[in-house]
Amino acid sequence: MLLIRCPFCEMDRPETEFRYGGEALIERPDPARATDAEWTDYLYNRTNPKGRHAERWRHLHGCGRFFNCLRDTVSDRVLATWRPGERSPEEGGA
Amino acid sequence: MTQAFRIGDARSAALRFTFDGKTYEGRAGDTLASALLANGVHLVGRSFKYHRPRGILSAGSEEPNALVTIDRGCGRVTPNLRATQVELYEGLAAHSQNRWPSLVFDLGAAAGLASRLLPAGFYYKTFMWPPAAWRHFYEPLIRRAAGLGQAPRDPDPDFYAQQYAHCDVLVIGAGAAGLAAAVKAGCAGARVMLCDEQNAFGGSLLAEPQARIDDTPATEWAARQIESLRAMPDVRLLPRSTAFGMHAQNFIGIVERVSDHLAEPGNPPRERLWQVRARRIVLATGAHERPLVFPGDDRPGVMLADAARVYAHRHGVLVGRRIVVAAAHDSAYAAALDLQRAGAHIALIADLRDSHEFSMVEEARVAGLNISRAAEIVATSGRRRVASVRLRMRDGTMQTVACDALLMSGGWTPSVHLLSQARGALRFDDALQAFAPGALPPDISCAGACNGSFGLAAAIAEGQAAGRDAATASGFPTSASAAPLVDERPSFVRQQAHTPTSAPHPKAFVDFQNDVTSADIALAVREGFRSVEHIKRYTTTGMATDQGKTSNMNALDIAAREMGRAMSEVGLTTFRQPYTPVTFGALAGPARGDLYEPVRHTPSHEWALRRGAIFEDAGQWKRASAFPRDGEKLEAAVTRECRTVRECVGVFDASTLGKIEVAGPDALEFLDRMYVNDVSKLVIGRCRYALMLGENGFVMDDGIVGRLDAHRFHVTTTSGGLAHVLAHMEDFRQTEFTDLRVWLTDVTEQWATFAVQGPRAREIVAPLIEGVDVSAGEAPHMSLREGQILDAPLRLFRASFTGECGFEINVPSGAGPRIWEALTQRVEAVGGCAYGLEALDVLRAEKGYIIVGQETDGSTTPDDLGYGRMIGRAKPDFIGKRSLTLPHLARPDRPQLVGLLTRDPAAVLEEGSQIVPSPRPAIGAHALGHVTTARRSPTLGRTIALALVENGRARLGDTLYATATTGMLAVEVGAPVFYDPSGSRLDG
Repeated sequence: MLLIRCPFCEMDRPETEFRYGGEALIERPDPARATDAEWTDYLYNRTNPKGRHAERWRHLHGCGRFFNCLRDTVSDRVLATWRPGERSPEEGGA
Repeated sequence: MTQAFRIGDARSAALRFTFDGKTYEGRAGDTLASALLANGVHLVGRSFKYHRPRGILSAGSEEPNALVTIDRGCGRVTPNLRATQVELYEGLAAHSQNRWPSLVFDLGAAAGLASRLLPAGFYYKTFMWPPAAWRHFYEPLIRRAAGLGQAPRDPDPDFYAQQYAHCDVLVIGAGAAGLAAAVKAGCAGARVMLCDEQNAFGGSLLAEPQARIDDTPATEWAARQIESLRAMPDVRLLPRSTAFGMHAQNFIGIVERVSDHLAEPGNPPRERLWQVRARRIVLATGAHERPLVFPGDDRPGVMLADAARVYAHRHGVLVGRRIVVAAAHDSAYAAALDLQRAGAHIALIADLRDSHEFSMVEEARVAGLNISRAAEIVATSGRRRVASVRLRMRDGTMQTVACDALLMSGGWTPSVHLLSQARGALRFDDALQAFAPGALPPDISCAGACNGSFGLAAAIAEGQAAGRDAATASGFPTSASAAPLVDERPSFVRQQAHTPTSAPHPKAFVDFQNDVTSADIALAVREGFRSVEHIKRYTTTGMATDQGKTSNMNALDIAAREMGRAMSEVGLTTFRQPYTPVTFGALAGPARGDLYEPVRHTPSHEWALRRGAIFEDAGQWKRASAFPRDGEKLEAAVTRECRTVRECVGVFDASTLGKIEVAGPDALEFLDRMYVNDVSKLVIGRCRYALMLGENGFVMDDGIVGRLDAHRFHVTTTSGGLAHVLAHMEDFRQTEFTDLRVWLTDVTEQWATFAVQGPRAREIVAPLIEGVDVSAGEAPHMSLREGQILDAPLRLFRASFTGECGFEINVPSGAGPRIWEALTQRVEAVGGCAYGLEALDVLRAEKGYIIVGQETDGSTTPDDLGYGRMIGRAKPDFIGKRSLTLPHLARPDRPQLVGLLTRDPAAVLEEGSQIVPSPRPAIGAHALGHVTTARRSPTLGRTIALALVENGRARLGDTLYATATTGMLAVEVGAPVFYDPSGSRLDG
């Protein structure tokens, strides 16, 4: 069971308090302008990387907030968590 | 029998116990295994496949053979316990397993005679045809013949505790290394937990009377360490506690056996599951001795050499009086010398190695032990116990030596199971001829034998270092101190490059528990298996409940040699949880029976119970299916309830509906984006049926959006959809529509909802309600009013899921039972009734109202349901809007909701059955759709069905066919509304 730091509660909490929310940093295209290809890419295509993966998690049984998380899919280690809108660690944040 | 093999004085109290009904005597401090050995009993079980007689191999948790069932009475039956771990108590009753009719005379042993016919992969090759025979003949036969103990039949009367714990340093294994580590970390001030699977701390020191540490016996040193740990306030000691599973980020499962060792357990839990999160872990899990592989190696009395030493030193039990020791490792000499000193006659040390000169050989010679250089063990004899061993000597001569115990010393394998579970790397160590820890995961260290470092001095030094590092890393810096002076026998690391084994032989057992022989492994290699993982699965070696603790290395050795490759190249199979079997009780803990899952009751639950309602589970909710009267069957009750609603009035508890209060200056805009409907035109005091889509354009949920005031909405969801809908709304609120000021609150539990439906509904509710004019003119269909009902706050929705005039009365849950009583009283007084979920499902189907998840399947659009007109197409955006324009969602031949009427008005279609264009469709022909709902309609006096049919709205009037178990049923396609299509009844 992972130990995840909620960037809102600023506490390490057990995985069972959280709900996985899919890949992070996927921008919703402007529905009025997006081509069918762009829109289906947004709906269905995910990177599924081996290694560092930006994810969304929600502290469901805690503060209820969605946040971003960088997890290594090989080691299953959470490398960083940060609030949406803040800069990711790879951009020099967190 | 009077403990003929007990040595030394009567140190402790005598205890009586039974094995297969026969009474024996043991002593306090015995395990079942040591007590049986004290009585000269070696034969304790029959093997899994061939029913061969088996004895006690080891003295610990690695035991593959000596599995017993312990029966404590009153349903307390535990099969497959290792006799080597079962602590003796007065009156213990143990039974052998997998034998019939008795352990000594076992009919299944005939399978052993046919063992040449049961090689590796036998199941796959033999039991292929005919297919049905597997289920009806082969499998039951094999299941009966092969196996472990019987699962208990009665419910387990014991209770099991579960506890979470955090610590700075968790030390697993309380031998010399573990004790040293725990003391070091504890002295530094770290919160320490120390667990060991044995009943006493000390590990190998418990059977090491000669070693001295700092000029005192090692056993005393161990006792001092334990004493100092006990005195530390932040140290928790867990004996009888097996760390069985390592999870991510140092999360460890430990099962503590609390009361199994007590004759009178009293009232503690039987076991306690510890779920521990540790900053640092020190693994000090020791090593397992490796058996040798030779024909007849599984005969009772053939044991691990060090186990014999443990029985002598710790339990005062000789495993034999005339012993042969087969040595492929130096530690055999320690066993031989110790057993000689304890009073056994060592008939022979058969050293199987190329070279065997080291200091203890001389010591053994001086002690008068007969050492000879043997090439291999050819056979053993003896029925219930080994009687002789036949050896081929280096000089080519054959020699048969009589004995009553044969000890095997095949070297030591570090216990790396937990490290491997934690994804630590393993490296092959040529000196050890075993896998030892390689690159360690962060925050885990290894000390002592499990690290491949043998000898007491090394164990203590590594333990101290690991304890110090772990404490420092978790914020309790401490410095190095002088290691104690250790006086011990030479360190035992030398072993044969390959464990000497004979050529593959069908009676040379590698995995005792699964009856896998060296011939089986050789056969798997001959048949082309190369990956060690495949060889494991094909032969089942290492797959028994002992997880191959004693067999894996030998199996690997044989497979590597058969392939002509090095063991390091062949690699190791994955270690899996649990380290030793864990009871379901410990894992389930209190979560069984009533506590298995929370049960949610509606406000009308007590009333429904009193009325003898039939209940069904809907998620965690208990919902009333129907309220039968006077011995009615379910079907009759549903029919009566439907008719009553249509002709008079009914009341239904709809409190399970999800309810979300949406508030804030931008609440309207938010809802407009979340639902397909044009919510922006919704005025205060009105409500609307609304569809919610996923971003992919498919229907996700439906409900009613009611506007209470400018900035406050009462929104309902389906009963099962609440959590998903709320998460979906929160997701967009928090991460996408961050410009909107809106808040969401789940108020499902705050409001009870009662639907009063039927032509006489208005006259039922009107006298009870204050502050609301419920007349059709003032409160029309789809209006929302706030007022009071019987002094309780009221949110009144004029809504209907039956097609009749309907009032959905929302009151605070606390007032629910009182209001329900009042409503049912009035309803019943005019000839109405309460109705259940079954009647509701019929009533809504007659009207063609959909149920999300029944008429939809995650690929259904609003237009598929005929709800295209609800879509607010002029809105700039709503969730799912863009997707509705994707080509596959706008295709003309999409499935569309239609009504189906069977040609035979009494025939009920099967929900889920396929719709096809002809009564005899070609095999593989494409189905046009499927039936989503099929019901008997009391109102129409015939059956009705809803279905999703390709291009269905263009097929009205067509005859199609539905599959059924009785053959094809002809159906006529029609509109999905069977009753009151104009909706004239809604306003009553």
